[in-house]
Amino acid sequence: MIVQSIVFWVLAFVLMASGVMVISMRNPVHSVLFLILAFFNAAGLFLLAGAEFLAMVLVVVYVGAVAVLFLFVVMLLDVDLVRLREGFQRYWPTGVAIGAVMLIEFIVGMFLNWQTGAGAGAALAAKTPDPSVVSNTDALGRLIYTDYAYLFQIAGLILLVAMIGAILLTLRTRGGIRRQNIAHQTQRNREKSIELHKVPSGGGI
Amino acid sequence: MGPSLFDFLLVAAILFTLGIVGIFLNRKNVIVILMSIELILLAVNINFVAFSHFLGDLVGQIFTLFVLTVAAAEAAIGLAIVVVYFRNRGTIEVEEINQMKG
Repeated sequence: MIVQSIVFWVLAFVLMASGVMVISMRNPVHSVLFLILAFFNAAGLFLLAGAEFLAMVLVVVYVGAVAVLFLFVVMLLDVDLVRLREGFQRYWPTGVAIGAVMLIEFIVGMFLNWQTGAGAGAALAAKTPDPSVVSNTDALGRLIYTDYAYLFQIAGLILLVAMIGAILLTLRTRGGIRRQNIAHQTQRNREKSIELHKVPSGGGI
Repeated sequence: MGPSLFDFLLVAAILFTLGIVGIFLNRKNVIVILMSIELILLAVNINFVAFSHFLGDLVGQIFTLFVLTVAAAEAAIGLAIVVVYFRNRGTIEVEEINQMKG
């Protein structure tokens, strides 16, 4: 148990430190790299909480897809780094003040005014099965494909809409490019394509 | 004694606050603002998983899965908008995005 505590606090510390680096780095590329580190540590926290499937999904989806997408866009755009940092000096007192107020509110709310209700144990929607009998992935799959099948379909629909939207937004149709049009080619005939002129000798067209 | 529910909640609260502060600090760079939003969603996911673990209810993890889906969709659409905006205007400064102001 003490090992779990040590691992938890190491992961939590690296997670928070990389969160600080994400928002304070001068170069957006470094921000993305620290975001990847933060995702890895969050996956470690998920593992500690027994959510093995979600930890793996976090690594695959976030590190493998979202963070790489961020990296692509950051490197694709030729932005002026100096101009992007100009507001930093002006805004940090406001940002830090609001952050401190929010954090104090969170901590006060958590430690002083919050506790698990008496009926919480009886009101569970789906009790977690014993991990030694049914694995986490197995239990999640049994729930998702039965009770939450419609939500699962809607999640797929959201991803489809996002994919079509992203393609449609970035699709660029350039004018002035001559492309091969097969239908147009096969419909050509002799009358449309050839013009015969009777040219008088010495007169030109 | 392993980590308690409050330990998880404290880490998630700090991460959430870092995301909010990041939005304020990087008023000009849309990409870092999107990354801050990812941090905020990550903090929310940590909260869900912690409650799921300590209450013994699996539905929290299912909800986390859907939050992950929406976060991925949001990142893809947001970055597409950033790319298109940069192509049209040559900058991604938030303060200059005021074309639709009435």
